[in-house]
Amino acid sequence: MMGLWIMAGVTFREAARRRILWTALLAGSAFLALFGTGMHFQVKDFTRQSMSPFIRYQLESGMVQVAFYAVNMLAVVMTILTSVDTLSGEMASGTIQAIATKPISRWQVLVGKWIGFAGMIAAYVAAMFGGVTAVGYFIGGVLPRNVLNGALLVFLECLLLLTVTFACGTWFSTLTNGVIVLGLHGLAFIGGWIEQIGAMTSSPRLVTVGVVSSLFMPSEAIWRRASFEMQSSFTRALQFTPFSNASAPSAAMIGYAVAYLLVAMFIAIYHFHQRDL
Amino acid sequence: MAIETLELRKVFGSKVAVSNLSLTVRRGEVFGFLGPNGAGKSTSIKMLLGLVKPTGGKAFVLGAPADDVKIRAKIGFLPEDFRFYTWLTASELLKLHGRLCGMAASRLRERVPALLELVGLTPHREKRLRDFSKGMLQRIGLAQALIHEPELIFLDEPTSGLDPMGRRLVRDVIRAQRDRGATVFLNSHILSEIEITCDRVVFIKEGEVVASRDLRACPDDEIRVVARTRNLSTETVAGLSQWGGSAGLEGERLTMTTHSTSALPDILRYLVASGCDVFEFTPERLSLEDLFLKIMGEDRGL
Repeated sequence: MMGLWIMAGVTFREAARRRILWTALLAGSAFLALFGTGMHFQVKDFTRQSMSPFIRYQLESGMVQVAFYAVNMLAVVMTILTSVDTLSGEMASGTIQAIATKPISRWQVLVGKWIGFAGMIAAYVAAMFGGVTAVGYFIGGVLPRNVLNGALLVFLECLLLLTVTFACGTWFSTLTNGVIVLGLHGLAFIGGWIEQIGAMTSSPRLVTVGVVSSLFMPSEAIWRRASFEMQSSFTRALQFTPFSNASAPSAAMIGYAVAYLLVAMFIAIYHFHQRDL
Repeated sequence: MAIETLELRKVFGSKVAVSNLSLTVRRGEVFGFLGPNGAGKSTSIKMLLGLVKPTGGKAFVLGAPADDVKIRAKIGFLPEDFRFYTWLTASELLKLHGRLCGMAASRLRERVPALLELVGLTPHREKRLRDFSKGMLQRIGLAQALIHEPELIFLDEPTSGLDPMGRRLVRDVIRAQRDRGATVFLNSHILSEIEITCDRVVFIKEGEVVASRDLRACPDDEIRVVARTRNLSTETVAGLSQWGGSAGLEGERLTMTTHSTSALPDILRYLVASGCDVFEFTPERLSLEDLFLKIMGEDRGL
């Protein structure tokens, strides 16, 4: 098992050394600064307009939801972009040969790398969710509901995409892998919108199409559940925005996403073990 | 035995990379693995290291199946064109590989500086691999293959990208490994180096062993004789075939091959008795390159 933790450590260290993590956090800080500035001006304007405290609170909560939505997108993109070449790239360059001939099992190499990336993503999601919550609380006076649940669900979404990226990385080249995983997430994204429109217009067939797309790739469904958990009553009343949900995925869909992740991990390990390097 | 394979076979789709490889490598010998491009050498090495799964046959290294993970603690490997994480420093790379081999930190504290010294990279120990030249990468690759003092070392084109000093270093390292009792499995295109360093070689063609030579036993076969003669008749030249080899005459230069040093006095007597004047008579063993071309044929410019 030691090899697994060595691989996890070296993967995490790679993210730090190659400035991947720091660049992501810097970009995230820029985002938080922008968000904080926007919220600051929003608060000032609302104060000047003598807006009702209830409406003001709800609107500022909506602003925080917008920030979480952006954080979710950033986390998804960072997850895919940073991990897309970790297996396929090292197999193509032959780097993996020097590792795979050491006395550690291939599954330890793969899972070790996965843990390293998971640690990096956890740090990123925690920092960004913490940052948005802090800005919302200290500048806007808003404390979103269930932030921890939301952050954990977004972390789960990223882990799901990470695992699918790993599974595809044992088969395809870096570029093909990126196209496949981003394509699957895009499918889930569009499916989520179709489901929302279906719920808004009371069209069960549209909802079914959305649910089926979530079965193909449940990543977006996890975000919509996270968003549902965190949104305020006012945002929920708006129903149809990218940041609110007319149709929230059920707990069963989250269970399905976890099962999907486990199956993807099994496929990744099995195929990495079987394939020639 | 350090390595034993039995009818090892690997097929990629419709392409047969290794058709029927059966070979044995004794413990403690430096073994050369020769063949033209596309002969299946790299695929064979990868099967012996568990990187590629055989389609058929069996392979054992140090008495264990080739895909046994634990046995790799006793195996070192320098891949052809060594590449690794460019963000690591030379010291960090060796420590990482040592840890992957299960070495204790205290042992690594001694081994890492010693190996950096051995491969001449002590001044560059804190330099990152991204700033390394190809030759420096090859040197650090060699060091990582030796970090855990393995019993069996696979070197795939170890002198690739190295200058003459680097090549000398590789030769010295191989000798030192043999002296401490390790087995070295060497794949190189530079036949002159194989000739200097190896105890035994096999020639592989289309994924099959077609010949082997014990380079330390000084075999009697394949001796070439170059002579300078005058008044040599074509009948006499034709008569040289009785000693088993071919013969040819270009001006005064006679070249022929024979299979035994014991035939040399008879050949010389035969020439003199035929009435020709002999000014020079020089037996030469076939170089490995000559042998290689003879076995593989000269038309395989792949």
